[in-house]
Amino acid sequence: MASSMLSLTSASPSPSASLSTQESLKGKLKLRSSGLSFTKEKINPFANGKSFGRVSMVAAVNASRFDGIAMAPPDPILGVSEAFKADTNALKLNLGVGAYRTEELQPYVLDVVKKAENLMLERGENKEYLPIEGLAAFNKVTAELLFGADNPVIKEQKVATVQGLSGTGSLRLAAALIERYFPGAKVLISSPTWGNHKNIFNDARVPWSEYRYYDPKTVGLDFEGMIADIKAAPEGSFVLLHGCAHNPTGIDPTPEQWEKIADVIQEKNHIPFFDVAYQGFASGSLDADAASVRSFAARGMELFVAQSYSKNLGLYAERIGAMNVVCTSADAAARVKSQLKRLARPMYSNPPIHGARIVANVVGDPVLFNEWKAEMELMAGRIKNVRQKLYDSLCAKDKSGKDWSFILKQIGMFSFTGLNEAQSDKMTNKWHVYMTKDGRISLAGLSLAKCEYLADAIIDSFHNVS
Amino acid sequence: MRPRSTSPLAHSSSPLPPPFSSSSPTDRRLNTLVRHLLVENSSSVMDSISASPTSAFHGDSVFAHIVRAPEDPILGVTVAYNKDPSPVKLNLGVGAYRTEEGKPLVLNVVRRAEQQLVNDVSRVKEYLPIVGLADFNKLSAKLILGADSPAIQENRVTTVQCLSGTGSLRVGGEFLARHYHERTIYIPQPTWGNHTKVFTLSGLSVKTYQYYDPATRGLNFQGLLEDLGSAPSGAIVLLHACAHNPTGVDPTLEQWEQIRQLIRSKALLPFFDSAYQGFASGSLDADAQPVRLFAADGGECLIAQSYAKNMGLYGERVGALSIVCKTADVASRVESQLKLVIRPMYSNPPIHGASIVAIILKDRDLYNEWTIELKAMADRIISMRQQLFDALRARGTPGDWSHIIKQIGMFTFTGLNAEQVAFMTKEYHIYMTSDGRISMAGLSSKTVPHLVDAIHAAVTRVV
Repeated sequence: MASSMLSLTSASPSPSASLSTQESLKGKLKLRSSGLSFTKEKINPFANGKSFGRVSMVAAVNASRFDGIAMAPPDPILGVSEAFKADTNALKLNLGVGAYRTEELQPYVLDVVKKAENLMLERGENKEYLPIEGLAAFNKVTAELLFGADNPVIKEQKVATVQGLSGTGSLRLAAALIERYFPGAKVLISSPTWGNHKNIFNDARVPWSEYRYYDPKTVGLDFEGMIADIKAAPEGSFVLLHGCAHNPTGIDPTPEQWEKIADVIQEKNHIPFFDVAYQGFASGSLDADAASVRSFAARGMELFVAQSYSKNLGLYAERIGAMNVVCTSADAAARVKSQLKRLARPMYSNPPIHGARIVANVVGDPVLFNEWKAEMELMAGRIKNVRQKLYDSLCAKDKSGKDWSFILKQIGMFSFTGLNEAQSDKMTNKWHVYMTKDGRISLAGLSLAKCEYLADAIIDSFHNVS
Repeated sequence: MRPRSTSPLAHSSSPLPPPFSSSSPTDRRLNTLVRHLLVENSSSVMDSISASPTSAFHGDSVFAHIVRAPEDPILGVTVAYNKDPSPVKLNLGVGAYRTEEGKPLVLNVVRRAEQQLVNDVSRVKEYLPIVGLADFNKLSAKLILGADSPAIQENRVTTVQCLSGTGSLRVGGEFLARHYHERTIYIPQPTWGNHTKVFTLSGLSVKTYQYYDPATRGLNFQGLLEDLGSAPSGAIVLLHACAHNPTGVDPTLEQWEQIRQLIRSKALLPFFDSAYQGFASGSLDADAQPVRLFAADGGECLIAQSYAKNMGLYGERVGALSIVCKTADVASRVESQLKLVIRPMYSNPPIHGASIVAIILKDRDLYNEWTIELKAMADRIISMRQQLFDALRARGTPGDWSHIIKQIGMFTFTGLNAEQVAFMTKEYHIYMTSDGRISMAGLSSKTVPHLVDAIHAAVTRVV
């Protein structure tokens, strides 16, 4: 992100700040008899531009050590919700961040989650530190959910699983491992990808480059470009793949395409790095959504998989996820796990318990697990219905003959509309539809009732702005 | 078609010697082996290198060169303790409070706050803002700085929710490494084992200042003043707000005032680690005095707060980083940059623990009950100190053990050396860190005699 690069380079303070550190305080701090309080008499001549009769050397250093710090721009994704909140227009629609909404456009806490939390409170469990690698019960069920409990990689203990702070935190841990143990290795990321991926690798000091992915001409996958770019990368690169429901495009490879991707990755001794944020949420089926990961593991490949329970269990704010590293041996998995722990300790010591316990309780209990599957099908189903209605509205209203079928072909929470930045701005400025500037809309934030309004907005912005 | 981009690092040479322009797996492995063989200050122990550079890489694991890390020295104590089958084993390792019955404690006010959360049907689990729960942030700032703090009233404080103390220190460290002109942080000798790693990985370079005097088992005040006095202007200084970990040795208020004057005279930047507010003396305000002393003089400082101990919220990972700035405008710009540190680390913080804290701090009855429960914990620890001291004296164990009752907080720096500690673990199943630190919170009236036996044996038989 350009903004994060800016902040990395603005290291030097303004001249006034460096002056102030030399113009040091020469004692004479007047403490009152209470010893500890200052009134507001101290003066900062730099603060508000007024002129002052006396510049008191009684005050501490006058200018801030942080004077040279620029105001950072708002996060492109999370900042959308902030802007939405500030908008007072009654027609406003928040299609920014990928958080599921009901048809009434309300946030949704899953019933199984409420049940799990009640159970946890009844049991009166303690709040002791988790081990650095997180809750053991959680780590067990999360790996089984991803790979299948009968998967040889699980049975043979070849998976190093560490609880992480949702998807972001798990990605960051892996990035730190890559920086330390694969110095110079690049991560290949799709063009486009989730906006925060680049920030994560930048902050972890891992170099990255992009592979072609989205083809605006077809509003589909540029498969040839993708394969060519993965082939062209230096041997032993990491290839970041979205396990299902690609963010932001919603465009996933077919099973045949996944096989070819695995082929070329094996050919080049690359290491696949899956980001799985929507297992169960994309198609409605947990197993179907894990197929790409499982097919790679079945080839005996070593791979990284970041998991998140933000969307599929609606645990956004609890920050619960995991980093799984599949290795060729149990010994390698044990060593990798120990090094992931060594990276987690100086970051946050050990992860938060609450979300981990919820997941362990839901996934680990057959009754709750089945109820969860049903709720997830409902959520995925609502999004499919909304896609259909939006498509139908666009077809009915748009007389230009433009092909809107990509809305039905794309999968998951998001749709890549193909709107450019100027058009996206029009969506917001004229129609009060909040979305990210890359043209991504979150269908999770759309209701059937608002589809026609949205269709009007999209048609207007698409045809009347360039 | 959208132009493809690459990160700025993609074409730059690796910061590590020697640079490799290709990145084949063999080259990378050799590079890593070279790094392992060179002295690395932060990566402590490399047992042995298991991969041979000549092993074939086709079909081999890409992780063959990764060695097994040793257990974390502090958290590893509990791991070892759990493995021990002895019925008399005692865990005096990690600083987690235990009741007289040796059980973990969840405070009543915490249970009640949690019940409120579960009963509230309007509660949702939407992402918190990057900076965390707003109420929690405001209340945390007031807790440490005082409700009437001018810095707060003047909007000069930015507070962001972080993952307990560790997370607050890490976010603060990363922020300073990017935006502050001095990249050296001075930490006391000794300090909490994780401090060095946190700041090194943040991108700061770590130096130490004298702190503990083994001869007196107290503060080496002259050494402290000397070392801070010769630090370069503007350097960052880590200060334990109260209940120094691991020594339990705190400066007096008069000494704090001298430290403050020295720090301000050299424009050093104070970074407080406040993990025990209320837990040390039993009084939230008393334990906050050193921090408030600094905030009151109008200068800038950073404060990492943890609710792990004083609210018993260890595993919920609740804490806050506050940065007291010269002006409201600076504070607002600083906050925006803190968000850029947090977003690529974990996006936004966990909601549960912060919600509990906010409920308790906001409600007058819950807050008062909390202060009572907090004082009870602090009092039990103070009484354990007295019991241990009395028992050692009654036993006639050689040495002056008065430091046990002079030191404050959860930990006592016994003065036992690593050999004596290893002896106590092996022969008496006492688990503690090798620096001689014991967690008083893990002691009870029933277990004091066993500990005294162990110390007595160690002091008389092992030198």
